[in-house]
Amino acid sequence: MSVVPSFEATPEQRELLVIYNRADRIFRRIVTSGALTSLILLGLIGTFLFVRSAQIFNDRGLRFITGSNWTAGSGDGVIPDDFSIGPMLTGTILVSVIALVIAMPIAICGALYIEFYAAARLRKLLSTLLDLAAAIPSLIFGLWGVVLFTSFGERWSIFLNSRLGWVPFIKVQAEVFGRSPFVAGCVLASLITPIITSVSREVFSRTPRDLIDTCYALGSTRWGSIKTVVLPFGRSGVIGGAMLGLGRALGETVAVYLLLNIVFRYNFRILESEGGNIASLIALKFGEATEYELKALVAAGFVLFLLTLVVNMVAATIVEKSTRRK
Amino acid sequence: MSTVVSNPQSQPVAPQPTTPWKPTRKTQFTGAFSIAVVAIASFAIVLLTGLAGIDGFGLTFLVVFFGATFVRTKRLNPKARKDAMVGVAICAASVLAFFPWMSIFVSVVVKGAKGLQPNFLIENMQLTTPDDELNMGGAAHAIIGSLMMVLIAAAITLPLGILSGVYLTEIRGRLTFLVRFVVQSMSGVPSIVAGLFIYTTFVNYTNSFSGMAGSLALAVLMLPTVARTAEEVMKLVPDDLRSASYALGARQWRTSLMVILPTVRSGLTTAGILGIARVIGETAPLLLTSLSNNSYVFNPIGGPIGSLPTYVFGLLQIGTENSINRAWTGSLVLMLLVLVLFLIARYFGGKANR
Repeated sequence: MSVVPSFEATPEQRELLVIYNRADRIFRRIVTSGALTSLILLGLIGTFLFVRSAQIFNDRGLRFITGSNWTAGSGDGVIPDDFSIGPMLTGTILVSVIALVIAMPIAICGALYIEFYAAARLRKLLSTLLDLAAAIPSLIFGLWGVVLFTSFGERWSIFLNSRLGWVPFIKVQAEVFGRSPFVAGCVLASLITPIITSVSREVFSRTPRDLIDTCYALGSTRWGSIKTVVLPFGRSGVIGGAMLGLGRALGETVAVYLLLNIVFRYNFRILESEGGNIASLIALKFGEATEYELKALVAAGFVLFLLTLVVNMVAATIVEKSTRRK
Repeated sequence: MSTVVSNPQSQPVAPQPTTPWKPTRKTQFTGAFSIAVVAIASFAIVLLTGLAGIDGFGLTFLVVFFGATFVRTKRLNPKARKDAMVGVAICAASVLAFFPWMSIFVSVVVKGAKGLQPNFLIENMQLTTPDDELNMGGAAHAIIGSLMMVLIAAAITLPLGILSGVYLTEIRGRLTFLVRFVVQSMSGVPSIVAGLFIYTTFVNYTNSFSGMAGSLALAVLMLPTVARTAEEVMKLVPDDLRSASYALGARQWRTSLMVILPTVRSGLTTAGILGIARVIGETAPLLLTSLSNNSYVFNPIGGPIGSLPTYVFGLLQIGTENSINRAWTGSLVLMLLVLVLFLIARYFGGKANR
């Protein structure tokens, strides 16, 4: 005797037909305008930053992006103002890419561990702690990086330099380590790892159970089922999480400010102790900036805004796609 | 005609999914045993070879463990062997993933506890230099300033976040996709850009740095979190509730305001608290909007105001031993605040799910 319940008697829900009266229409209008605030706000941020810095873009054009100097003029015109963000822009990307390259594999493994390897009780504890970790202020990561991590980073840098010195990106000119893009990238990696881990874990936990069970039933090992089912299923979600992490790393201010010597020179050697990013440049120069320099800082902020906006829109699209499919 | 027989007395029991990957007692025991053996072995190696520090130990541990697994699985078939090796790799990488923030939790507590004396919570820094002994001066002004700013920010953000939640789940107008997309991408606006935005608008027009400017900058950062959490909790309201309300003749506005919103009250509390937890540690926007102050400021538009993040940041830049210790204590208080907020959120969140 089968025990499958019958659902044939369940009537189908009919289409709801709502006619809005005046009160409803007013309510809908209020709510809509409230919901549009975020849209307007985003527009306002872009507009104001652009309007305030238009003079810079007008004066300097593309040189603002490509140039490599940040010199405040003497005011009487003997030394002209020369503001451009080239090294900071490349520095931003360099540090974030280092962070992402380190964080990605670690975070994916962490998510797999929590979801498929840890015992049930440990899994609950770890995912709770993970949420908390994702909320640690970046300032505390910076403090931890400066006081505790730098010695490790220095040791690893010396090791990398002596063993892998033949790689062009790694060789240093002066044998001074610490406060390098590599160390800052490591700290940023530990800052974005909880975010990527928790997004990935979320996606992995949505893998259809029957698929995993089928794998096991066909004689697959744990790694076999992860490789053939879990990872392909979660790929776009993980990529979305990584983009979110990247966006966070691109805009990070205080951790980079505390961990890097901000030097205005193009530097792609990751162990050299100079670098910087746009956000830390703004924090550094804001205090004693002249009016024209402030405009340049706002312009730098505008460039950063556009950069992160593009990254986040791509991330939002990917995440949206991957969650809708379920 | 239904050919399926269903017996009302014996309701079919839905089969509970099992977790085939769940470790058994035996594997747990052998796992713990082999970890202990490998730990002792690698400790011996570290002592003998003089590798430095905890990272050297970790590396040795990993190499020895890989070797041990390689030897142990010699008789198994290649697939099982690969599975075991990958398992070790994943566990090792996840240790790397968890180590930094666990280290942060521990070090903040250990290093911060030293300075967590009563005076830290009730005095300000007006008459104390950062270099003074830890039993003088405190961060009361910073705590008050921080709380004031996040509360104002929450008061601004919460209504807007709830409205956008209602829009996304109840009204579902033409712009639903766009609003959701914008909220998503706005959550990635760098905090310093939010600070710059408020600087170029509010600070420029009022001509002064103030707590209000700081609150506005924090509100910009808080809005996406609140809006998204509000949407998530309102999505959980069962459709039956809406249908029932409509069936009783309630209009949409009454359904939304008097049925849906009261149902998710605790969820909305969670949304607000998560938003506060997200921004309470933000430093960068405050550096451009509210600056810092060494004494009490209770007026949100009365000039620069102290806050915990800028307090810690300022101490770090001084860099003497006592000021760094103070910074750790400030971080500890900040972490405790975030923790308490999370516990409250979890409490309310648990209530909502019941």
